[in-house]
Amino acid sequence: MTLIKIKNLKREFANDEVVTKVLKGVSFDIDKGEFVSIMGPSGSGKSTLMHILGFLDKLSSGTYDFEGEDVSTLEDDELAEMRSKKIGFVFQSFNLLNRASALENVMLPLLYSDMPKKEREERAKQLLIDVGLEHRLHYTPNKLSGGEKQRVAIARALVNNPEVVFADEPTGNLDSKSGLAVMKILQDLNEKGNTVILVTHEKYTAEHAKRIIKLKDGELLEDKEVSHRQWANINGELTK
Amino acid sequence: MDIRENIISSWVMIKRTKARSFLTMLGIIIGVMAVIVVMSVGKGAESLILNQIKSMGSNLVGVLPGASEEDGPPASAMGIIITTLKYEDGQEIIKKGCDCIESLAMYVSGNDVINYGDNKVSTNFSGTTASYIKVEETEVDVGRFFTEEEEKGVAKVAVLGFEVKEKLFGDQDPIGRRIKIKKTNFLIIGVMKERGVSGFTNQDDQIFVPISTAQKLLLGINHISAIRVKIDSENNIEKALDSITWILREKHGLDFGEADDFSARSMSQGLEALSSITSALRLFLVAVSAIALVVGGFGIMNIMLASVQERTREIGLRKAVGAKKIHISLQFLIESSVITFLGGIFGIILGILISILTAKIVQSMGYDWDLVITPFSIILGTGVSIGIGLIFGIIPARRASRLDPIEALRYE
Repeated sequence: MTLIKIKNLKREFANDEVVTKVLKGVSFDIDKGEFVSIMGPSGSGKSTLMHILGFLDKLSSGTYDFEGEDVSTLEDDELAEMRSKKIGFVFQSFNLLNRASALENVMLPLLYSDMPKKEREERAKQLLIDVGLEHRLHYTPNKLSGGEKQRVAIARALVNNPEVVFADEPTGNLDSKSGLAVMKILQDLNEKGNTVILVTHEKYTAEHAKRIIKLKDGELLEDKEVSHRQWANINGELTK
Repeated sequence: MDIRENIISSWVMIKRTKARSFLTMLGIIIGVMAVIVVMSVGKGAESLILNQIKSMGSNLVGVLPGASEEDGPPASAMGIIITTLKYEDGQEIIKKGCDCIESLAMYVSGNDVINYGDNKVSTNFSGTTASYIKVEETEVDVGRFFTEEEEKGVAKVAVLGFEVKEKLFGDQDPIGRRIKIKKTNFLIIGVMKERGVSGFTNQDDQIFVPISTAQKLLLGINHISAIRVKIDSENNIEKALDSITWILREKHGLDFGEADDFSARSMSQGLEALSSITSALRLFLVAVSAIALVVGGFGIMNIMLASVQERTREIGLRKAVGAKKIHISLQFLIESSVITFLGGIFGIILGILISILTAKIVQSMGYDWDLVITPFSIILGTGVSIGIGLIFGIIPARRASRLDPIEALRYE
């Protein structure tokens, strides 16, 4: 089943009368349950593409269908609604609230849902247990290691039971061991049927996905299955 | 996310940044406190005036020199010296006035430091007429008051107020002893009964001497500063005022159409005039406190704007995980109103404490001052402080809600 379908998607930024064309007509489909890496050097437009697919940004022209519905022309609050219901984000710099505990951080997206407080707490707790942080529930981020922070962020991304999880350079600020642990969680998620879209500039990280979409200068360069897939294990050791 | 949760998270936020939150609310604390104090003191002053009216009796008419304004007291009541009223004016009223006039007293006053032995007291002396005790409905405690002959004959006799006697003589009997007022020797012939504060003057902290003596020997003037007339019944006050006015106009040779150069009023009218001043003053002070509140409001806005800037990434994140504009606006609006509400509560508590303190101090000075804290002023203080939080929170909240999530997440 097709989850995401973009056709001739363009994005331009106008700044001081200089128009920068960041995406110059990109088309592809992503099915439910896929694990896709969007790869490219900086300036290739991969982040902008992720922002548009993740409803953080609007497209300039082209079409974007999500679950068969045209979402090209949604307004700010409609985009927020989509993010709230369908999307989970994992960022390179974690973006946790420093003053809130791990549990509170994970609960944050549910603040903007209709879920009763009790249920939110239960769900957030379960997700932190799932990522192996049951002993860190009430720690604030400054007491957590980088890897732990990113696991909190992954739990947060999953708390609203999203259709797609976007991970933007999730291992970029981590040592290789923690990075692999994070990749392991993402792979496990995908094995359970979640759609995961990974944005990275590293070939090795990208190869943890099943499919790689390469961008260059705002255009689609290559779109193919990963032939030698990398597998991360929970100890952060490499297996093939 | 409902409002209750927003309030709780704002509260948590405020607790985490106690010092800054307190400084932010300081303007509101001061403003609300000022409003509460001003309203309470205003009410207290009103009660003081009403109590004074009761204590002075409502069948007194006062004559002061100088024309009076329509609603306010005459200039002479404000301490400006006008010399148009004379001893002879009082005598004329006694001679020609209507039957309803029971008695009449005249007054001049000054002050001096009086010594007796090692004791020293700075006090007021009142030059008055022998009729003083009748008009003011008081009496002497020991000895006697001076006579009409002494009043007219420039006699060097003095009657002490209760407090002056206590301060100068303690338990000793002062009758027959001598004191010096403005270098003139006076023989003490009596001590007044304790009276407390009446007509805004501490009647016990005075020395009474014959009016002619005060005019000639102590002050070197030939005008008087006030006349008080006791009327037989409250119903005759208008009649008495009419009669006094015509007698004085004739005596002063005022033509038809010329304004009075004196002001005759019943005491209660005079005090009502005073209360009109206090209510105008109160309004003014409330306006000043309102300015403090507005200034406090700008303080809140300033801090909230800084807070929006500081928390740009947080806002970006909240938006990324699904917060709509209204969620972000609400968060900041509620945060600013929770801060101002707390400020309001502190302000109300401080205001009430200061009002109580003021009342205690004034009461200890012998005035009849009621402590009034109206529920209205508390509701107003609370309402206004929340309102200020909402109004001055709008701009920061709008700014926060309009941030672009991508830019906000990138913000360093």
